[in-house]
Amino acid sequence: MRYATPAIVCGLATLIAFMAVGFGQDDLFRAHMWVLVLVMGLATIVLMRRVQFAPAGKVFAKIEIDQSAYMDDVIRYGVIATTFWGVVGFLVGVVAASQLAWPVLNIEPWLNFGRLRPVHTSAVIFAFGGNALICTAFYVVQRTCRARLWGGNLAWFVFWGYQLFIVMAATGYLLGITQSKEYAEPEWYVDLWLTVVWVAFLLVFLGTLVKRKEPHIYVANWFFLSFIVTVAMLHLVNGLSMPVSLLGSKSYSAFSGVQDALTQWWYGHNAVGFFLTAGFLGMMYYFVPKQANRPVYSYRLSIIHFWGLIFLYIWAGPHHLHYTALPDWAQTLGMVFSIMLWMPSWGGMINGLMTLSGAWDKVRTDPILRMMVISLAFYGMSTFEGPMMSIKTVNSLSHYTDWTIGHVHSGALGWNGMITFGALYYLVPKLWGRTRLYSMRMVNWHFWLATLGIVVYAAVMWVSGITQGLMWREYDPQGYLVYSFAESIAAMHPYYVMRVFGGVLYLAGGLIMAFNIFMTINGKLRDEVPLGDSAPMSGELKAAGPAE
Amino acid sequence: MESTYQSMRTFADSWGLLYMFVIFVIAVLWTFRPGSKKHSEDAARIPFKED
Repeated sequence: MRYATPAIVCGLATLIAFMAVGFGQDDLFRAHMWVLVLVMGLATIVLMRRVQFAPAGKVFAKIEIDQSAYMDDVIRYGVIATTFWGVVGFLVGVVAASQLAWPVLNIEPWLNFGRLRPVHTSAVIFAFGGNALICTAFYVVQRTCRARLWGGNLAWFVFWGYQLFIVMAATGYLLGITQSKEYAEPEWYVDLWLTVVWVAFLLVFLGTLVKRKEPHIYVANWFFLSFIVTVAMLHLVNGLSMPVSLLGSKSYSAFSGVQDALTQWWYGHNAVGFFLTAGFLGMMYYFVPKQANRPVYSYRLSIIHFWGLIFLYIWAGPHHLHYTALPDWAQTLGMVFSIMLWMPSWGGMINGLMTLSGAWDKVRTDPILRMMVISLAFYGMSTFEGPMMSIKTVNSLSHYTDWTIGHVHSGALGWNGMITFGALYYLVPKLWGRTRLYSMRMVNWHFWLATLGIVVYAAVMWVSGITQGLMWREYDPQGYLVYSFAESIAAMHPYYVMRVFGGVLYLAGGLIMAFNIFMTINGKLRDEVPLGDSAPMSGELKAAGPAE
Repeated sequence: MESTYQSMRTFADSWGLLYMFVIFVIAVLWTFRPGSKKHSEDAARIPFKED
């Protein structure tokens, strides 16, 4: 019974999409609407098959949902989606890295680097990171408020609506539909859909906070709420544009020139600040204390650095536009606020790490906790590197080079990736009622593969980026540039090959995680020696050694 | 146009800045108000109240 309404809505959406194909103003829009017809049509069929038809005069017994229990089904789907999109995103990353190393791999037109790159960035940030944030936000807000998610099936709408956004964004990129804004490539109609989904997400979260049984709102929820609200604001302002036609794929930004650039990087850097930092700190403030089984080191520090991040991050965006047409005062403002950001960022790192004080021995035997610790370490490193790179003199060397790419990846793979893996490993046995994960040794393998992958990636990009920066600015005594641009590209080749290797290591770790999660969900337990037991204690070594 | 831009940015970098700064200082002072230690220690234990 409860599938009847969504089935009808999906059926109508299929019809509307089909009409959009017919009336579409350009080929790209028509092609994109065909994708929508396909997706919505499949959804309709799946939903139709689940509808129960009662004979005349009879009503099936309503399935009673326990309104006091937590709503965890949607979180289980979220965990699976996070794992799936993670592997897809890492794979596309390896392909894109290979295309830079071996240009022959650019398959025109759909699979060239220019189209695959946004697929990679959106897949890892919005599909992998976004699903992780939505499902952990739903999990944490219920546990810390001791209340079931508000809004009934609205949470399901958020989940499936978000997946539809991902599919429409990714297929759009491959077709060549883009508004050319970094991390905000989807065109106006996909942007509008995301707005609807995001408002529903905000309503579910706020509604749950309102009906909480716990008087105090735990700090993790502060971070989640700031992430949801700020991303909504950023998305709306940066997405302001005028479509050429209501049935066309092209739109023009409401801003032009340097105003457009500043709006873009106000959005872009705060996507880092509120999507990739505040949201994931919300995750950290729940899962690190839970996994370490200790309350957070200093609750008051968490409040202070929360407000520090909120008040400072929003001004840091102009550091992406050093030495451009942006007024000097705005560039300097961006630089100063970026440097000040160092303090609240390290406040979060210190708070997370110090939560383990007195329990550091657990890092030796618990690879899940170790994953969370390394994620905090990478968070600390990249939030030190970032402010440093925002200093104008450093930026004159690092800007437009691979150093930036290395910095982003040490933050994204190290901080966002590792804390998400830790949260997933924590969640899966809990959500599916298993005693433990299928294999802790595989978590250990994942840990080392991912860590090595990041180290290779970041180190290689430092060398390549600084090489690039130095080659671009090398003048001879007559004042001519010593190297042509093509020469600097040729010099990058060995580093690009090494970067592919780092990416493959990280992807391999992701595949091991996917297998481990799959087996855990299926209720399997791997027969293995527990971690930490195989290494003899120092006392035993001494006892076994020859007597003096 | 010139004067609109100028008046807005002058407002932003004087009263706007002061307003934000004062709110931040109040938030910090409120966190360290007397008796907040007990409250924050209780709050830190919220994740351990259930599973």
